Amino acid sequence: MALEFTDENFEKEVLQAENVVLVDFWAPWCGPCKVLGPTIDELAEEYKGKGVKIGKMNVDENQTVPGQFGIMSIPTLIFFKDGKPQDQVVGAQPKEKLAEKLDTFAS
Amino acid sequence: MRNVIIIGSGPAGYTAAIYAARANLEPLMFAGDEVGGQLMTTTDVDNYPGFPDGIQGPDLMTAMRKQAERVGAEIVSEMVDAVDLSSRPFKVTVGDETHETETVIISTGASAKRLGLESEKALYGRGVSACATCDGFFFKGKDVVVVGGGDSAMEESNFLTRFANHVTILVRKDVLKASPIMQDRAKSNKKISFEWNVDVVEVLGAEEGKVTGVMLKDTKTGDKREMKTDGIFVAIGHTPNTEIFKGQLSLDGRGYIVTSGGPSTEIDGVYAAGDVQDSRYRQAVTAAGSGCEAALDAQRFIEEHEG
Repeated sequence: MALEFTDENFEKEVLQAENVVLVDFWAPWCGPCKVLGPTIDELAEEYKGKGVKIGKMNVDENQTVPGQFGIMSIPTLIFFKDGKPQDQVVGAQPKEKLAEKLDTFAS
Repeated sequence: MRNVIIIGSGPAGYTAAIYAARANLEPLMFAGDEVGGQLMTTTDVDNYPGFPDGIQGPDLMTAMRKQAERVGAEIVSEMVDAVDLSSRPFKVTVGDETHETETVIISTGASAKRLGLESEKALYGRGVSACATCDGFFFKGKDVVVVGGGDSAMEESNFLTRFANHVTILVRKDVLKASPIMQDRAKSNKKISFEWNVDVVEVLGAEEGKVTGVMLKDTKTGDKREMKTDGIFVAIGHTPNTEIFKGQLSLDGRGYIVTSGGPSTEIDGVYAAGDVQDSRYRQAVTAAGSGCEAALDAQRFIEEHEG
């Protein structure tokens, strides 16, 4: 299962993390977000213990962090490394594409 | 060797899966990249029969999928890369795996058209949206534009007024294509106004990193003018997803698969259901009916070629 990021834990879990972190900004009323959800959960399982952290942030419940990153569309996926955003993708993506990106950043 | 492979996962695909599974054909469905199809990005579906209070698009698709899985359809969330329909058994390639099958049901539907502007692409996700239901939330109290004159444009505009301060519908002609009831709804909504005879020729805001406005061109006079806006939602129609069938199946001038007598293509054993072969009706219920026909035809084909 993917982790849950919140306004409260974002600093510690993402910005201060030493590994690669993938954040999926989503909301329960967004169709494509729901389609992407299981893919994110699967990736979270597959990349456990490989120096990659994967989690979701519900933009309905958390306003601060999405605002800071100028999120205007969901789903938006941001890839962080050493606390800095490296890449951003908008819209539901196939699993292979996300895995490819994770492998690039994790190496 | 499979009996039936279904390509695509909207109402046509799911209905075909239900019928094929109940006929013990053990169908395999490749759901594609846009799992659930066009209904995943709508909200209220008030015209699908059987729902006196309407139903949300994503909920309808989830229910269809669950039903298909319950009766035994195998559904894989992968995209078909290529097909070979030149001989039987037909071949369907997904990644580096090729599957052989007696019949193919194509239900790949149609995808939303973009304006096709570089400036649109550059600000995608930064004010240019392909999903009103996903992104309307981020435009609370702001002004947005919706490009289009059909039912989708009317529906999205109405939906966006839940959040936006104002919605301007940009229409290329001076009439709407939308159905009367949807037109009335939009026209009587105080937060919606219309601009007629305009084309969007550029999306502005590259320097700011987000949409600040659009450049409009009057389709009658050719005059250009800027219009301020915080967001742009494109609802100008759909193109059928038939790239991988080019050269193998007849497509009409707009890319729709040519079918006759329902879902039959010119190749025996290959069927097309739903929007991918329907430019006339394009409703969830007609797609579902079409998916049923395809599955029944596939079943008959298999029975006739057995032994």
